[in-house]
Amino acid sequence: MKVLDKKRPKILKIVNQPIPKRDGKKLVTGAAVYTDDLAPRDALIVKILRSKHHFAEILNIDTEKAEKIEGVECILTYKDVPDVRITRAGQTFPEPSPLDWKILDNYVRYIGDEVAVIAARNEEQADKAMRLIKVDYRVIEPVLDYKTAVQSKSIVHFEKDSRVNYDIGFEPEKNIASHLHFDIGDYEKGFRESEIILEREYETQATNPAMMEPVTTYTYMDEYDRMTVVSATQVPFHVRRMIANSLNIPTSRVRVKKPRIGGGFGLKQTAASEFFPALVTLKTGKAAKIYYSRKEVFLATTRRHPFLMKVKIGANRDGKIKAFDFEAISDTGAFGEHASTVIEACAEKSMAMYNKVDGYRFDATAVYTNLPSSGAFRGYGKTQGLFAVESIVNELAKEIGMDPTELRKMNLIKKGENLLLGTNHVYEDDIIRQDSCELDFLIDRGKELINWDENYPGKDMGNGKFRGVGMALSIQASGVLNIDSASATLKFNSDGFFTLLISATDMGTGCDTILSQMAAETLQVPLENIVVYAADTDVTPYDDGSYASSSTYVTGRAVVEASETIIEKLKKEVSEISHTKIDEIEYDNGVFAWGEDSISLKDLGYRLNCRQVMATGSHTCSKEAPPYKSGFALVEVDTETGKVDVLEFAGVVDCGTVINSNLCTVQTQGGILQGIGMALYEDINHDFAGREMNDSFMTYKIPTRKDSPKIMVDFAKSYEPTGPYGAKSIGEVVINAAAPAIADAIYNAIGVRFRKLPITPEKVFFALNK
Amino acid sequence: MIINLNINGSNIKVEVKEDEYLSETLRNNGCKSVKRGCDKSTCGACTVLVDGIPVLSCSYFSHRAEGKSITTLEGVIEEAEKLGEHIINEGADQCGFCTPSLALTTISMKRELGNPTEEDIKHYINGNLCRCTGYEAQMKGIKKYLEVE
Ligand code: FES
Ligand code: FES
Repeated sequence: MKVLDKKRPKILKIVNQPIPKRDGKKLVTGAAVYTDDLAPRDALIVKILRSKHHFAEILNIDTEKAEKIEGVECILTYKDVPDVRITRAGQTFPEPSPLDWKILDNYVRYIGDEVAVIAARNEEQADKAMRLIKVDYRVIEPVLDYKTAVQSKSIVHFEKDSRVNYDIGFEPEKNIASHLHFDIGDYEKGFRESEIILEREYETQATNPAMMEPVTTYTYMDEYDRMTVVSATQVPFHVRRMIANSLNIPTSRVRVKKPRIGGGFGLKQTAASEFFPALVTLKTGKAAKIYYSRKEVFLATTRRHPFLMKVKIGANRDGKIKAFDFEAISDTGAFGEHASTVIEACAEKSMAMYNKVDGYRFDATAVYTNLPSSGAFRGYGKTQGLFAVESIVNELAKEIGMDPTELRKMNLIKKGENLLLGTNHVYEDDIIRQDSCELDFLIDRGKELINWDENYPGKDMGNGKFRGVGMALSIQASGVLNIDSASATLKFNSDGFFTLLISATDMGTGCDTILSQMAAETLQVPLENIVVYAADTDVTPYDDGSYASSSTYVTGRAVVEASETIIEKLKKEVSEISHTKIDEIEYDNGVFAWGEDSISLKDLGYRLNCRQVMATGSHTCSKEAPPYKSGFALVEVDTETGKVDVLEFAGVVDCGTVINSNLCTVQTQGGILQGIGMALYEDINHDFAGREMNDSFMTYKIPTRKDSPKIMVDFAKSYEPTGPYGAKSIGEVVINAAAPAIADAIYNAIGVRFRKLPITPEKVFFALNK
Repeated sequence: MIINLNINGSNIKVEVKEDEYLSETLRNNGCKSVKRGCDKSTCGACTVLVDGIPVLSCSYFSHRAEGKSITTLEGVIEEAEKLGEHIINEGADQCGFCTPSLALTTISMKRELGNPTEEDIKHYINGNLCRCTGYEAQMKGIKKYLEVE
């Protein structure tokens, strides 16, 4: 594989600098840049009548009265949609998720499932019409507990036309969306020879990504009678395909654009809102808009898959870890979005840092229930798996009386060594070898920042409060091996500046900025000479979109390649103009020189006035280059109330070259705080009847400013030879490790081990007062 | 019903529904800095100033604002740019959806409290939720803007 190392520039001018985010000024001053800010004033307002039942057959929908309401344009039901099942997961074709979803179906599978689509001139009319729709249901016994879903008599997807693109262990008749089983190495020997074996059960909960901008889309037919979809989506190209397939129209008739996105964290990978206005626009020919309420974001989009995990670890008394056994059930909810890939991600990475084991066994089942669908959320299966694995490693350390940082150092993967396997069971040396891996530094630096030697394990503060420290490690991927692909196009303009066209989707991550930095660095021009534009499926080149931590590592490579190619193409132009051989032309800092002569990019731009020079670079992820992180927590537990306060948190990251230190630091802090929310309070609960109780920010608490501890961030000096300018990913790796570190810190404070998240004051209080 | 509002210094008459909230009225009248994050007074994204006091416009009936002066970020754009620069320099603008309301609340805090301490700041802007940044960098930028140690 191509290694960029030889091109490693001595002094970086634009990459590795704390450059302000390029759209920052407009965002901070409140410019109209998000989907809803841009929607046409006359767009029809689309509202959705949602199911009140977990599971039911729709026997009849009476829309007659509702249709008579003034301003109502149309009311659409399952009778009005093509009989096609797709997946909304927003993944690369052929999608790994089961094709089990229809825009509107005559069965509803969770409270909140779509029953009818109402379009009216204004919201009031749409609401009024909604109240007048009469639906007769035949209620079916729902599947509400994922732990017993496989034994349930009720079958969530009994229909014959749900199917998969390839084998993912899909057995809908047993409520199984996906099953994954494999073992590597001689794990049995590992356990046989272990001096100590621990077996524990861990549980992680459903959490909502809760980005601040709700899900929103508007649609219209353009002047060529094509469907234009403007949406806050992470995956414009996948949306184009999903809209075309679900509405039965040619893909060439669909155009998808994404404006600024107000956060995503994975939720905006699975298409929640796009289909409904598109359906209305197709039926009426009119512009249509949908803006989910916060309640709909909670009830009718996707959340983190809850996991029940049984983990076994085998080790010697001296701390050498020999084998793992990992069994899990995950709840995919009513539809199988990301069911198979989340358990796969969990399987491949959760134990990956312990590469010296004899082997491990993994077995996981993702099951259907009649609860809202699970989907992608930052961390994607690793967050769950690492909670269990890092926790049991901490428990092992306690059991054998070792400092958990020392125990890890004995067992961790080191630079130059191989992962046990790559995504989809790739074992080639040069793909799974870790060319950048600074785990030892991550541990040492984290210890320093949290003052480990002084604070470990914990102390009694003498006022009913106890302090403790705890730590854990994190790993993620940088794109999906052999699947994630991206292209970038550069266009050379008359005044000597460049337009960078990409379809990575900046949802706050800053990829527009960091990809511009890479282009400017490679082209040796000031950042102002790069104009960035993303993303419009009619204009910008193909990219899977921004998910799986792929924008820096995968799209970045495409940008560097496009930059190198366009310099070569421009050299060719110069050689024609100057009647010089190409290899006699040197390019340096915006100037082409040959012999005594030279021409600047600016002059060349005018000379080439009527010739368009463009170049496209493409890259497919072809190496396992995971980023790593250590997380260290200092907590204080109030034994009177059970409340846990995180006082300090240190996160040290190995993301290869830090392309933009400001943006990387803030991503890390934000990710850590989401991890803290997951550890301590974020939770979607259901009441006795299975109704969701956490459907607003009043009942679903996300961390506020006052909850936010001192978060210390640092980066390892690391260089990934296959990454653009040595970079790996950062977006997801930063959320993991918070929960297991905090759980261990709590143990070190009060001696109680929590294996089920979140660790709320009630749980702590009752555990202390048993 | 027709109501009289002063929006960012201009007197206008607007037609509103009886149960219309100010966030909707303002967005319909070009103030797109007013965002809608929850519509239930729980996120702060829709903050505006009514007669100089920060309110959550998603739960403030438009007719209550009859005759009042309303300030949105569009009305204090110079100040917003000053504060914005500090926020941007810290890398504290990620998706940006929370920042217009944060900026307006901070500007109002500066007017109201003059010289707030770190604790005062945290308290004043605690209702402005941000899911992206972890708050720390925003705080740094705000402190630089307010010249707080
Ligand atoms: S939209 Fe008003 S507080 Fe959230
Ligand atoms: S920057 Fe995204 S919510 Fe604050």
